[in-house]
Amino acid sequence: MKNFFDSRKDVLCEKEHPNELPLAIHDLTVAYNRRPVLWDIELNIPEGRLVAVVGPNGAGKSTLLKACLDLIPRTSGEIRIYGKPYRQHRSLVGYVPQRESVDWDFPISALEVVTMGLYGRIGWMKRVRSVHREVAMQCLEKVGIDHLAQRQISQLSGGQQQRVFLARALAQDSALYMMDEPFSAVDASTELAIVELLKTLKSTGRTCIVVHHDLATVSRYFDWLVLLNMRVVASGPMKETFTHENLRKTYGGKLSVLTDAAEALKQVSG
Amino acid sequence: MRSRRFMRALMVLMIPVIAAIPGYSGTLIAADESASAPHWSSYLVETLLLRQYNTRLVVLSTSLLGVASGLVGTFLLLRKRSLLGDALSHATLPGIVIAFAIMVQMGEQGKNLPGLLTGAAITGMGGVYLVLLIRNSTRLKDDAAMGIILSVFFGAGVALLSMVQTLPQASAAGLEGFITGKTASMVLSDFLFISVVCALAVLLSLLFLKELTLLCFDEGFAAAQGWPVVALDMLMVSLVGAVTIVGLQSVGLILIIAFLIIPSTAARFWTHNLGRMLVLAGIIGGLSGWFGASVSALFPGLPAGALIVLSAASLFMLSMLFGPAKGVVPRWIRHRRLTATVGRQHLLRAVFEILEQSQQSGSDQVRNLPVDIADVIRHRSWDRPEVLGLLRSALRNGHIEFPRPGQVCLSESGFGESARVTRNHRLWELFMIRHADIAPSHVDRDADMVEHVLGPEIVRQLEDELQNIEATLQVPPSPHTIKPTDEPSVSSGDKTGKGNA
Repeated sequence: MKNFFDSRKDVLCEKEHPNELPLAIHDLTVAYNRRPVLWDIELNIPEGRLVAVVGPNGAGKSTLLKACLDLIPRTSGEIRIYGKPYRQHRSLVGYVPQRESVDWDFPISALEVVTMGLYGRIGWMKRVRSVHREVAMQCLEKVGIDHLAQRQISQLSGGQQQRVFLARALAQDSALYMMDEPFSAVDASTELAIVELLKTLKSTGRTCIVVHHDLATVSRYFDWLVLLNMRVVASGPMKETFTHENLRKTYGGKLSVLTDAAEALKQVSG
Repeated sequence: MRSRRFMRALMVLMIPVIAAIPGYSGTLIAADESASAPHWSSYLVETLLLRQYNTRLVVLSTSLLGVASGLVGTFLLLRKRSLLGDALSHATLPGIVIAFAIMVQMGEQGKNLPGLLTGAAITGMGGVYLVLLIRNSTRLKDDAAMGIILSVFFGAGVALLSMVQTLPQASAAGLEGFITGKTASMVLSDFLFISVVCALAVLLSLLFLKELTLLCFDEGFAAAQGWPVVALDMLMVSLVGAVTIVGLQSVGLILIIAFLIIPSTAARFWTHNLGRMLVLAGIIGGLSGWFGASVSALFPGLPAGALIVLSAASLFMLSMLFGPAKGVVPRWIRHRRLTATVGRQHLLRAVFEILEQSQQSGSDQVRNLPVDIADVIRHRSWDRPEVLGLLRSALRNGHIEFPRPGQVCLSESGFGESARVTRNHRLWELFMIRHADIAPSHVDRDADMVEHVLGPEIVRQLEDELQNIEATLQVPPSPHTIKPTDEPSVSSGDKTGKGNA
């Protein structure tokens, strides 16, 4: 249990899948009610990067993550996590959903939320034991709120709630992390804590794919950029990809044709 | 850990049994009611204590049902699917009637309980399935789909019922009992059937506690981790269905939803902990079932469902008012207490600031001297009665003394407290000026709101942030000029010269 966070990743990834990409998406199209949200996505993410997924509202950033996690059906395409479909490599992926996606008035403590990250390993019908609670406690410590472990989650601030979610993902101890807007509406100290955490994850060879909305910080916090607006506008190392030209293409009005086409498809299919 | 949880569950299950031990809890009720109406209250006690043979099984099974529906209802509530239980229960009526008709045609008596409940289960689950189908294949929202299914199935059931009642072969007289519930005498096999189903529902909800909690809290995360969300949802709906269906006879299909929702909602007022909430919901459900069924058994005209729901509702009212976690009264008390503390602290700070002003020319250390009450009143926008109230409250806390009329003096503890309060206030002001770019003239009011809730931890943080200010251990000087809210008039405080030198 002592080296819990250092040992596992090597065993899981480098030995079993030496040459596989953490995430490889080929020809992905996703539609809600037949209205396409993502078109023909081609994306390869190399190992050990901090990847920012950036794009305007409605660009399909969350949808992209959810499609990777098999949470929504895809119309076409293929997604490989370390070379295999998601359901075979679930244990390699940690997930931080949007904070607004759950009811924070739920009668549960911060520590109990974090142990949820271990449920997959605990298994059906088995109880949460003190070993698991210890691991969860370590994860809370890593995000700096172990002193709030017994607090009911509605009594935490927004930033603390976000840290609880991060701690839960840490408890999953994965090689690839998918985070949906972890920086949204958090205080400055939480933002710093998350950045530190991302750096630690990177230094242990893990890959993080983070939906981000703040263009001012994106180049400081991340080293790989995916610009998304219903399709992948650009993807690559931060320095080469974070250009005015690319941003204009992502945020500019030129894509209205795609939106119109999607709208038309929705109308036709009723 | 596991055994402890099971013990807890067992204790919940034992409540009706424990309550049945003569003299355990019945004495309380007896003492209350025997004075006013001795002749029926003794029956009530007899019934509550399960001494009446006729009603013993009914009361016991209803209590068990209450425990089960409390537990299952908690998950339903947390999953925000409360109305689904309502749709399910209303959709059972056609099933009951059809099952009755079929059994009559086959030459049976028609009142066979498991047979009727099988019919109820089939149409009830069919109703739930249709709700999900409507929701998934159209863009109708949940509530609309449930409203449609609920009313259509119930309407169909009522129509079928009036048709069946004209059948010559058998009397369908008992079937209306399923709508509002009635505590008929119960045969042992019915009792065993209901008890086994309830026990199973309790057992399953405890076995899958972890999985159901995850499903209710964060469905997306559960699915990403590979839990079969749809199957877990089915499990939850089946548990709700099972409890609903065995509850049809005693509670009735219209009111069973209250039995599912009220205990868990009431339990939420008592605790922020899911385990405790489940136990409490079980207890509240069990108690309402036990009491409601007992009273209903005494007055055959009163439908059991209504009495059970009313018992549950009174427990709900109690919880809503006095539940320590979210109850109205505890919240109000906490608010009052905070307001009182805030007022007292303002008073102490006012006195401290007056002392500080009057002694500015002298030493650094503020000395504790009597102060005119008139000065205190002038110091803030207080009126006289307000200050007198605050003074009384501070006196009760031993923070002040009245050395002679018209003057007030801080006690030793009050002086220490006033220095601490003033220091917190100033620290916060300095922090706001340095780190939040608030103008010095504005920080006073902001600090007024915040300073009272600063715990020792935040104060330490503030100290760290403001390390380089001179007076870390003393009260730092105010960052703005302290003025009485009224126009400054010549007062006793001004005589000391204010340090113009």
